[in-house]
Amino acid sequence: MPITVFLIVFPFLCAPFIYCIKEPKIRDHIMYAGVALIMAAVFLLAGQWLANGTKVMSYYPETDMIDHIILVVEIGLMCLITFLSFKYRKYWVSLLSIIPTLLIAWFELKGPEMETMNHIYVDHLSILMCLIIGFIGGLIIIYAVGYMYGYHNHHKEYADRRQYFFALLFIFIGAMFGFVLSSNLLWIDLFWEITSVCSFLLIGYTKTEEAVNNSFRALWMNLLGGTVLAFGIVYFGCSVGTVSIHDLVLFGNMQNAAAVIPIACIAFAALTKAAQMPFSTWLMGAMVAPTPSSALLHSATMVKAGIYILLRLAPAMRGTLTGNMVSFVGGFTFFVASILAISQNDGKRVLAFSTISNLGLMVACCGVGMPETIWAAVFLMMFHSISKSLLFQTVGAVENRIGSRDIENMHGLLYRLPSLATFMFIGIAGMFLAPFGMLISKWSALKAAVDDGNILLVLFIAFGSATTGLYWTKWMGKLISRSHRGSAKTDEITQKSQKLSLRVHAGMMIMLCVLLPIISQVFVDPLLIEMFGTYTDVLSLPILIIMVVIFLFIFMVPVVAFTYTRHQESSVKLSYMSGVNVGNNNQFVNSLGHNNKLWLSNLYFTDFIRPERTMKLSQLIASGWILILFCMILGGTIL
Amino acid sequence: MTIVNVLSVVCFIVFGPLIGGLLSGIDRKLSARMQGRIGPSVLQPFYDIKKLLNKQRIDIVDTSMSGLLLSYMILMIMSGAIFFSGSDILMSVFVLSTASTFLYFAAIVTSSPYNSIAASRELVQIMTYEPAVLLACVGFYLVTGTFNVGAISQTDSVLLWQLPGFFIAFVFILTIKMRKSPFDISGGHHAHQELVQGITTEMGARNLAIFHIAEWYENVFLLGFVALFALNKNLWSIPLAVVLVALVFFTEVLIDNVSARMKMKNMLRITWLVTLFAAGLNLLVLMLVH
Repeated sequence: MPITVFLIVFPFLCAPFIYCIKEPKIRDHIMYAGVALIMAAVFLLAGQWLANGTKVMSYYPETDMIDHIILVVEIGLMCLITFLSFKYRKYWVSLLSIIPTLLIAWFELKGPEMETMNHIYVDHLSILMCLIIGFIGGLIIIYAVGYMYGYHNHHKEYADRRQYFFALLFIFIGAMFGFVLSSNLLWIDLFWEITSVCSFLLIGYTKTEEAVNNSFRALWMNLLGGTVLAFGIVYFGCSVGTVSIHDLVLFGNMQNAAAVIPIACIAFAALTKAAQMPFSTWLMGAMVAPTPSSALLHSATMVKAGIYILLRLAPAMRGTLTGNMVSFVGGFTFFVASILAISQNDGKRVLAFSTISNLGLMVACCGVGMPETIWAAVFLMMFHSISKSLLFQTVGAVENRIGSRDIENMHGLLYRLPSLATFMFIGIAGMFLAPFGMLISKWSALKAAVDDGNILLVLFIAFGSATTGLYWTKWMGKLISRSHRGSAKTDEITQKSQKLSLRVHAGMMIMLCVLLPIISQVFVDPLLIEMFGTYTDVLSLPILIIMVVIFLFIFMVPVVAFTYTRHQESSVKLSYMSGVNVGNNNQFVNSLGHNNKLWLSNLYFTDFIRPERTMKLSQLIASGWILILFCMILGGTIL
Repeated sequence: MTIVNVLSVVCFIVFGPLIGGLLSGIDRKLSARMQGRIGPSVLQPFYDIKKLLNKQRIDIVDTSMSGLLLSYMILMIMSGAIFFSGSDILMSVFVLSTASTFLYFAAIVTSSPYNSIAASRELVQIMTYEPAVLLACVGFYLVTGTFNVGAISQTDSVLLWQLPGFFIAFVFILTIKMRKSPFDISGGHHAHQELVQGITTEMGARNLAIFHIAEWYENVFLLGFVALFALNKNLWSIPLAVVLVALVFFTEVLIDNVSARMKMKNMLRITWLVTLFAAGLNLLVLMLVH
């Protein structure tokens, strides 16, 4: 049995086991073993692919049997969604599942005969996605084991349905493997639906009213994308007689008219999945779920599925109206979401907006569809996966410790929870600061946008990086500020499994920064050649190496500076308070002569940004843009 | 890297603070004359630094601020060195923004109320000026086809004529960077004294000296950036660049003396509008031409 099949099927087989075992100790160990097996399989797959000379590997031309199973699963999913929609009185949502499923069923049973094709396809991009899903996703599951203990200790009000949660995580991982390894669009559609439903169930985990509402919002937005996707697939299948995504890209590259509408449809679906404006609200609502599911949705799975499919389509989108639609929506989202992030003080909300914003940059890069932008997008995706997963995990662990995820309450966290704060610091630095590679990707994206003459994107990147810097820096500032609320250490009871996951993440982050030139040469450049045929270096190897050296130097500077200044004699004074000090730095004398406690807060500009209004306005702009361009695409093809 | 590059880096590291200090002295002299005072000697900033270095070291809570300030200064020198070595302009700008981040850290690490407020303002200022700086780099790239400072300074023509919008936007944000009124928000001070002054409130003695020296380096770097708008491979462009830099410097001092401090949000709004229209229009025209 090829490893690819194992990767797809094994997590699905794990899930019922985990669901059934009630004994926590045994279940935990089964989960660890499952994750270890998945990681080993990913490793083996990568090894096999390397041994094969990193050539494309594809399998399974004949899959009648499996196709039927898939159809049955799709209909099962439809029934599940319909049942839940009726149960929670959101009747219309069921339509978004019934219509595409019936369409696909008609297409498979009564539609035209399709060319035979290989259904499983392994190339550079799939391998990269498998590594991200297997390792980051696996680590998140390991983290989840420890996290859920703390979670249910804190939140006695929610029913403990831990095994259900864990089972869903496994199904999610399996579906993601299926998604990135299939080349048949019908299979892709199925796995697409499974991830939509899984995220819906995860978001609704706590069953509170808010959770149910948010989960349905996520469901209908993703199902809307799924519906458009299904239409695109059926249209393509009927007009050309094949449903291979690689053929679709080939047709698109040849400017074949038959590929225009399907590509537009799939790109639209990807925008919903990647939570771009106007569909960003579902990802914001997804935070009500326990942190591991947020970490999974934001880093290794779900939103990355949208990016993956756009990366696949990128060469075909170059210079088309679809590319225009995608790059504008992406750039716009990058800028607006980063502004919205400034106005948030809830750690998880900041992370969510930053995910949306960063995904926007990746989406914009895909829309431009030049080798340089794809290079940037691939690196952005790697960095984003690791840092976002790390950040969500630390925020979750901190929340379990201090009972809050408000950034204001993280004042002086470095002195209270040193190790967690350090992990958080590394994660944030990875998102924007110079020693880390995110910046290099931004650089390449900027350069490519200029080369492409995409003036709007240049402006979005220039202004968006400034706003991005603001919200991350002020968060970092909070972490390192000397606490005036008592700097006593809070004892760490973070679970071992959580710590393991955090350490591995931080290690991967730093490795990725240091090895960036090598990864670029050995992996990303061949990926681009595979995708575009030809490719010239975005940033040549010597430049990359010089950059890494400089960045390492930047990393060294604070270390040296600190060791140098630490042992110098210095006279410690009180901070300046206009002369109304009371003898410590935590209080001052107010105008009534009483001692007042000091409270320092960051700037949020809520009156200036007005998050609600900005959100609505930008949703309007983005919807308008998508609608207009979609009409133009349809009109241009049909008329 | 040629000998010229190495030489200019060494020159920047050695003479940077001398020129920066001198500029600061000239600034004070000019301001004094504009206000009808005689003003201190041009060398006064150097005496101040000497005094600060000889004072007893002062820190709040612990020495972490010193470490962060030292990092700020080293990174500032580094970004200038990258620029003057003639390598990538974007890289030097990115290192510059990392340096500013360290200044923010240094200001906020003590949790001193006045310093923290000024630090937040500094952060907003960073956000305000960053787009214009990035866009200026993009402008250079569009005209010359490279981000390489060495190559940018070796073109045939004066880039200023093709980049007027970018230049206006850059000079506009220079007011923020050089902490001049009306945009000296984070450097705002009550009672014109060095004890309590915005972001430097808790920086005393040696720390304050480090801060000032870093600023001198920064000013030299930024004026070098301005010079890049005029420099080309002809020798006569050198006096032109010097005149341009002097003119910009004088304008900044003049603006500082004739305007009152602005509110932070207005600064943000106005600067971004200027950046968007001046640099954005210039960008549009260049992209249409190319």
